[in-house]
Amino acid sequence: MSRYPYVREVSPTTWYFRAPRYMRYMTREVTSIFIGIFTVIMLVGLSRLSEGQAPYEDFLAALNNPFSVIFLFLALAFALYNSFTWFNVAPKAMPIQVGEELMPDIVVAGGHYILWAILSVVILIWAGIF
Amino acid sequence: MAKSNKPIIWGAFAAGGEAVSLVAPAIILLTLLAAIGRVPPGLSYEQMHSFAAGWFGKLVLFAIVFLSLWSQAHRLRITCFDFGLRADGLVATLFYMLAGAASLWLILILGNI
Repeated sequence: MSRYPYVREVSPTTWYFRAPRYMRYMTREVTSIFIGIFTVIMLVGLSRLSEGQAPYEDFLAALNNPFSVIFLFLALAFALYNSFTWFNVAPKAMPIQVGEELMPDIVVAGGHYILWAILSVVILIWAGIF
Repeated sequence: MAKSNKPIIWGAFAAGGEAVSLVAPAIILLTLLAAIGRVPPGLSYEQMHSFAAGWFGKLVLFAIVFLSLWSQAHRLRITCFDFGLRADGLVATLFYMLAGAASLWLILILGNI
């Protein structure tokens, strides 16, 4: 062992500023904060729904302020980033083997994108957007 | 053979990641429309209540919220670590307990609709 072993300094709090790919990773990590908060908003909405019409409509009215509009707009942007990055790695995370061969990446990722588009359209039609 | 809780945690994490990626943008968009005062017909009390009152709606809502809770709890734990909060045991306990409590609350809510 050498007398002065080389210890590379890595800051536990600022390491991700060192390279763009670390920043992209951390951007994806941050999406969990927005989606986590939105999940709690969904829970509160369902709770108000179970209490009756007036509490539920108060909940919808309470959403109508600049802070929640800004939050939901950011949450939508981060959720889209989360979806794109998730589907792009799907061929690596969920490889599908057919016989001896793995299905091509484009087929696995493309399948996810098609399913995503179908489900999004179904949800928006159900909600009466179109 | 050594036993590990990893497959169970990872199962919920992966299923949650998939479910959230597929439906979150559309659901957040609907909520955003409600927030700017243009409540979509689907988010009205009548349609939401009749949806959540049926077993199919309950199943869908339970699956989305339950899977998202556990997926986000797991991801927030990793996010804390990545931002330099290295008390992983404490952070993991806190987030999984919150997800567990929220899951129980979700079951009670859906049972009451």
